[in-house]
Amino acid sequence: MTEVSDAIPAVAIDRVSKTFQIPQERVSTLKERALHPFKRTGYDRFDALDDVSFAVERGEFFGIVGRNGSGKSTLLKCMAGIYRTDAGAIYVNGRLSTFIELGVGFNPDLAARDNVLMNGVMLGLSPSEARARYDHIIDFAELREFEELKLKNYSSGMQVRLAFSVMVQVDADILLIDEVLAVGDVSFQQKCFDVFNRLRDEGKTILFVTHDMSAVRRFCHRAALIDRGRIVMIGDPTEVSNSYVDVSFGASTSADPGPEGERSGDGTAELLEAWWTDERGERQTVLQQGRPCTFHARARFNEPIENPAIATVLENESHLPLMATSTDWTESATGSFGAGDEAEFVVQFEMAFAPGRIYASPWVAHQGTRVMDRRPRMSSVVVTGAHQSGGLVDLPHDVRLEAAGRVLTGQGGA
Amino acid sequence: MTTAGAALGRPIKGPSALGGDARRLLHLSVTLAVMEFKLRFFGSVLGYLWQLMRPLLLFGVLYAVFTQFVKLGAGIQFYPAILLTGIVLFTFFSDATARSVTAVLDRENLVRKIEFPRLVVPIAVILLAYFNLVLNLLAVLVFVLLTGVDVRVEWLALPLLLIPLGMLASGLSMLLSALYVRFRDVQPIWEVVLQVAFYGSPILYVIEQLPENLQKPMVLFNPLSTILVQSRHWLIDQSAPTAADVAGGAEYLLIPAAIILGVFALGFWVFNREAPRIAEEL
Repeated sequence: MTEVSDAIPAVAIDRVSKTFQIPQERVSTLKERALHPFKRTGYDRFDALDDVSFAVERGEFFGIVGRNGSGKSTLLKCMAGIYRTDAGAIYVNGRLSTFIELGVGFNPDLAARDNVLMNGVMLGLSPSEARARYDHIIDFAELREFEELKLKNYSSGMQVRLAFSVMVQVDADILLIDEVLAVGDVSFQQKCFDVFNRLRDEGKTILFVTHDMSAVRRFCHRAALIDRGRIVMIGDPTEVSNSYVDVSFGASTSADPGPEGERSGDGTAELLEAWWTDERGERQTVLQQGRPCTFHARARFNEPIENPAIATVLENESHLPLMATSTDWTESATGSFGAGDEAEFVVQFEMAFAPGRIYASPWVAHQGTRVMDRRPRMSSVVVTGAHQSGGLVDLPHDVRLEAAGRVLTGQGGA
Repeated sequence: MTTAGAALGRPIKGPSALGGDARRLLHLSVTLAVMEFKLRFFGSVLGYLWQLMRPLLLFGVLYAVFTQFVKLGAGIQFYPAILLTGIVLFTFFSDATARSVTAVLDRENLVRKIEFPRLVVPIAVILLAYFNLVLNLLAVLVFVLLTGVDVRVEWLALPLLLIPLGMLASGLSMLLSALYVRFRDVQPIWEVVLQVAFYGSPILYVIEQLPENLQKPMVLFNPLSTILVQSRHWLIDQSAPTAADVAGGAEYLLIPAAIILGVFALGFWVFNREAPRIAEEL
């Protein structure tokens, strides 16, 4: 197979592997080394990157996503030349600048001019280039009136603005950016992305490591999902961000959902189990937003009961009840059960809740109100969705803006 | 990928001591040193004065002790000038090496966040020490003239002393800064070594005051002594012995020269070997 391409890729990563050797027992003094010259301590090997290959074309906005510890930052550091790879090769085509942190080399006791010089030189400018660009930088950061102040007297927002301005003015062909945008307020982030889009339109290549899936979907042309040091998928940002959500929640559902609340009731019945299933009827600990799902609770009666009611409240992480339902409200005549009989409570609905953990607090009651068994926060499920609207519930809806003579429509919701 | 590697652009090799670009090495070292110097210089109200105070205070105390109580300086011509010159040269050496021990760790935020030739870190420390040395030497100049030493052509030979001194300090800087990343007791060890070096070099005393059988080994095997002996002859007192006189011939000076080169080469070798992994070891 030969690649028929006029332009060579901006970044080519060819079968890169990186292993960290973590000594089990760290010899950190010359004394120990001198006393035990032949002692060899074992190493734990950690494969941070395992046979990673991909290419990023010139002018591409490429997202790299993955969980904490998946190897994405290691990959970025290898590309940046901060870490040496153990195997494989990385090629870049153009001037490359790394922004693992904004304002590398900033010193709080120096004024803006010196910090710009320092940071600019660190990022690859010559001192004279950095000095020549100073005016642009300070104006872009809108800090002209504060240029005599020492950096320590800047607000953190001002420092970020200054750092970002330097970054923009460095004129790199390829930018490696590691979650720089996690800092700063919303308007600053927007400004960052505006600038990135402009840079991209100018033919610069941007590689962007992030957790922010909405940013990936909004700005990236392509994205790569990396997990346990391997590339899981490369492609359309929306698909990648969906997989990311699956991967990250799939792994974290074993995480502690918190203790169950205090159980109460007269003990006439017992709630044995509660669980969730997806549209195919398979048990899940993670459900995708917008898909049909079912909540199940199984109860056993210790005494003969006429027309018991089963109900549940669904709450979010901040204990806000999102939804409540009860058999009492739909059919109060649920029948009669003998001692030892079991009943299953089934609630089917479309998962419209905002992404996060949802807790179910079911209870069984005698007809009326007397509770036989109530188990607060008995079961939980994680709702995933690539989009955080800020609302507690994302109902399917239509949204439109109507102006005289024309209609702009869009579909919202899950 | 069937395309040949060379056609894919510039390979990223990871960090190294020198990096691929000598200009970048120079720019970064100078910028870092200048910034650090500015911080020292303008960081406090007295700025430069503080920088000057240290060797001067040390000089004041030692001068008082060794001329008033212990009559070590008695009978030595230009003793104060010799003492002050020695202190200033030694201050350069001890500042440069002691600061470089922790230098890589002090620059952790740079080392872990950005690619640059790792040698920039010790070089910047040496440059900063040189800046301070030049300023201190200006003070020495004033003092030396006040104590009646004549202006002489030999003063122009000063760089011939400062270059080997700087090489010795650089070699040790590279060695110590690389070792400290792995071994944290390098710092206390080096402090002790510096103490020994201070008393083991002709700063408080002049070489003729030592027993005959110690004079020659000191000049041969302690390059600091060699430089100090020669500095006294060139800068202060023409009648004082040269390093070659003490060593027993100019050809013997190849030994301290070889030690300096050896330390430099060792330091570079160790630093170069450690450089690619420094960011991971921190």
